[in-house]
Amino acid sequence: MNNGNVQNMDTVANEKQYIVVRLGSEQYGIDIQYVDNIVRNQRITRVPKAQHYFKGVINLRGEVIPVMSLRLKFDLEPDEYTNATRIIIIKLEQHSAIGIIVDEVKEVVTLSEDAIDKPTSADSAGDSRIQYLSGIGKQADGLISLLNIANVVNDKEAVS
Amino acid sequence: MDVSQYLEIFIDETKEHLQTLSDQLMILEQEPENMETINEIFRAAHSLKGMAGTMGYKRMQRLTHDMENVFQEIRSGNMKVQPELVDVLFRGLDALEGYLANILDSADEGTEENQDIINALNDIVEKGTGKSSQPKPAVAAAQVPAADNAAGGALYESISISDYEINTFETAKEQNLNILGITVYLQETCILKAARAFLVFKALEELGEVMKAVPDVQDIEDEKFDMNFSLIYFTQESAEKVKAAIENVSEIKEAVVGEFKLPEQEAAKAQEPAAKESKIVPEPKQAGAAAVQKDTKKETEKKPEKKSAKPAVGRTVRVDIEKLDVLMNLVSELIIAKNGLVSISSNTQNTRNDNSFNEQIEYLESVTTNLHESVMKVRMVPIESVVNRFPRMIRDLSKKLDKKMELHMTGEDTELDRTVIDEIGDPLQHLLRNSADHGLESNEDRIALGKSEVGNIWLNAYQDGNNVNIEVRDDGAGINIEKVRNKALEKGMITPEQAEVMTDKEIIDLLFQPSFSTADKITDVSGRGVGLDVVKTKIEGLGGNIECRSVMGEGSSFIIHLPLTLAIIQALMVELGNEKYAIPLGSIQTIEDVPLSDIKYVQTKEVINLRGTVIPLIRLDQILDVESAAQDLESLTVVIVKKGDKQAGLVVDNLIGQQEVVIKSIGSYINCSKIISGATILGDGEIALILEVNTLV
Repeated sequence: MNNGNVQNMDTVANEKQYIVVRLGSEQYGIDIQYVDNIVRNQRITRVPKAQHYFKGVINLRGEVIPVMSLRLKFDLEPDEYTNATRIIIIKLEQHSAIGIIVDEVKEVVTLSEDAIDKPTSADSAGDSRIQYLSGIGKQADGLISLLNIANVVNDKEAVS
Repeated sequence: MDVSQYLEIFIDETKEHLQTLSDQLMILEQEPENMETINEIFRAAHSLKGMAGTMGYKRMQRLTHDMENVFQEIRSGNMKVQPELVDVLFRGLDALEGYLANILDSADEGTEENQDIINALNDIVEKGTGKSSQPKPAVAAAQVPAADNAAGGALYESISISDYEINTFETAKEQNLNILGITVYLQETCILKAARAFLVFKALEELGEVMKAVPDVQDIEDEKFDMNFSLIYFTQESAEKVKAAIENVSEIKEAVVGEFKLPEQEAAKAQEPAAKESKIVPEPKQAGAAAVQKDTKKETEKKPEKKSAKPAVGRTVRVDIEKLDVLMNLVSELIIAKNGLVSISSNTQNTRNDNSFNEQIEYLESVTTNLHESVMKVRMVPIESVVNRFPRMIRDLSKKLDKKMELHMTGEDTELDRTVIDEIGDPLQHLLRNSADHGLESNEDRIALGKSEVGNIWLNAYQDGNNVNIEVRDDGAGINIEKVRNKALEKGMITPEQAEVMTDKEIIDLLFQPSFSTADKITDVSGRGVGLDVVKTKIEGLGGNIECRSVMGEGSSFIIHLPLTLAIIQALMVELGNEKYAIPLGSIQTIEDVPLSDIKYVQTKEVINLRGTVIPLIRLDQILDVESAAQDLESLTVVIVKKGDKQAGLVVDNLIGQQEVVIKSIGSYINCSKIISGATILGDGEIALILEVNTLV
């Protein structure tokens, strides 16, 4: 019994929860510890001269929060807002909040470490998007690209 | 005694005392005979010593003690102030600031002993007075007479009695109770003083009633007393029994119990001053710590229960109590206004009166505006707290650079937002160093040029509308425009063609470009090429801007414009297409209706001639990529804005009106080339972006 308990503790430590979102036909996972909030799509105020993937800013209960489009960031077709469109508010330590637009929020999954494949350097050949991924999660109903959320919101393009 | 709760107060007061020391030392250097200054320094050093001692900062205490000693000698006429003494004292001051910095970081003073400064001080005393400088109990001696009071009789005899209390005495007498005076001395080694005192009280309460305690019962509970306390006590028991009961409590050294004789009323009054004295200075042994005790008392009175376990010290603002009263009044008015609205809305049955509703809204508006103003005022701090370290800096620079110079400051009482105050120190320091190092010529050059030998630097602060201007000016050589032009060419910052057409002002603005320094030689004062651009970035970060004027041979001046507040501003709301933008009112000069026919072209750029001034037009819709509603209008609405002495006309589609807006940051993720300084949330929840006029113009 004692033994079983220890094992249980171990697996908990190695498991992470991800929010699964859909962009087009692909599924992406976002580490739940960075997710502050999920809100419905709302009026976005355009910010002139911003990076092309920034749709603008929203008013979230009195706070002004910048919103970026994951689709534009990943060079997909521009967003089509539907009833399922959501803005996920991400809060990284030491940074202010930022919203990302996704087509749909599907579910929360728990993945253990062995269900995650780390991206290898061979995969990254010729694809800059690889820096946005922290791994591939394997699940019964398909694969989930796990986002390296820090790189997504803070990449060099945003700084320059 | 746990002193961490006093840390904040300690730091605040230490800063104040250090500032006094610095100021007075500056005066002392000029007027070595000024007795008032010497006394002032003595007092500051003495207070510092006491405070450091209370907080357990032994090294700091030791250094201040020796500084104080020197002034003790000077005060009593045993020696004179010499220039080298002032130098050593300044070093001592720096060392004290070092301790304070350590305390700020870690609540610990650090391990630097500063033995060399202490030795130097003692040497000077030795030389000056011609006698050996044994650390002598000068202070202690001064305080002994006061303490004699206590030695003369039992302490409780000096407890003062108010008229009201006399009545209770009468009652006690009628009940045939013994009125006893008790002074309890704790053992020096006693750790839990409050606990012991509590046990004493408990023992006493079983036998009778404690009428009065000195210090207060509350203070005793909080351990705010020395090794003794005195009581007046009503009991039926004998003095011996009471004494035995008290001494039964462990760690009690002695209890002096005797009959308390009610003094005549006049006598009581005459005794009062002495009584006060003895409350503070209870025992000869403790006399050295008297100042300590005094300070502790002062501190406890100000902030009785504030706890701060963290060593890192929070940022505080000292607020005038009057400002708080105003705030309180406004909050009451706010509540009244709210109640007014509530009563109107409960009257909705048919009798709803739109007039009174609007009245209430107006009232509410005036209250919130005043409230905002008062809160801003609370955040405002006089610029003095930043600039008062500069005279010292200039003095040091003068010695280091071997140039004679003088700093003139005005407007130290100009107030700025606390956040701005915290940030403005470094840029100002930089500008002053620049003036001292590059601006002013050497003494010989000045004489050769027919100027006064002593160079002048001015630091002027003044309020101008919604802005505060700070000017750093010198009467030195001024900026050599040709030199700057050549340097810029050499560095490839501008092309020769550009160099031809650039105005002097544009050339001067090059100084604010990164990595530009005209200093021929790099000194440790300035000239590393990370100068003015950093100043500029910092000031722009605060929402301000900086400009430079210079006349060859007559000097140069740098003028910093800062907004009064950062959080809330008055802004003009404008419409572009279907988007709304806010333009800070502070930078708007006028609003003009310009007929299309008045637009002229200069070098293919649109300009207008407004009452004799040619002003370039900026089509905001193009800059902001707004789809402007296609209009065939005969005239344009132009908002004339200014940045320093530059003007520009911003073309907008529509004016919405003036509004008080709360500035919110849009975060650091979005990079919009600085044309947007922030955002604000409008009444309907919509967001309007605030235009940064300084980047547009």
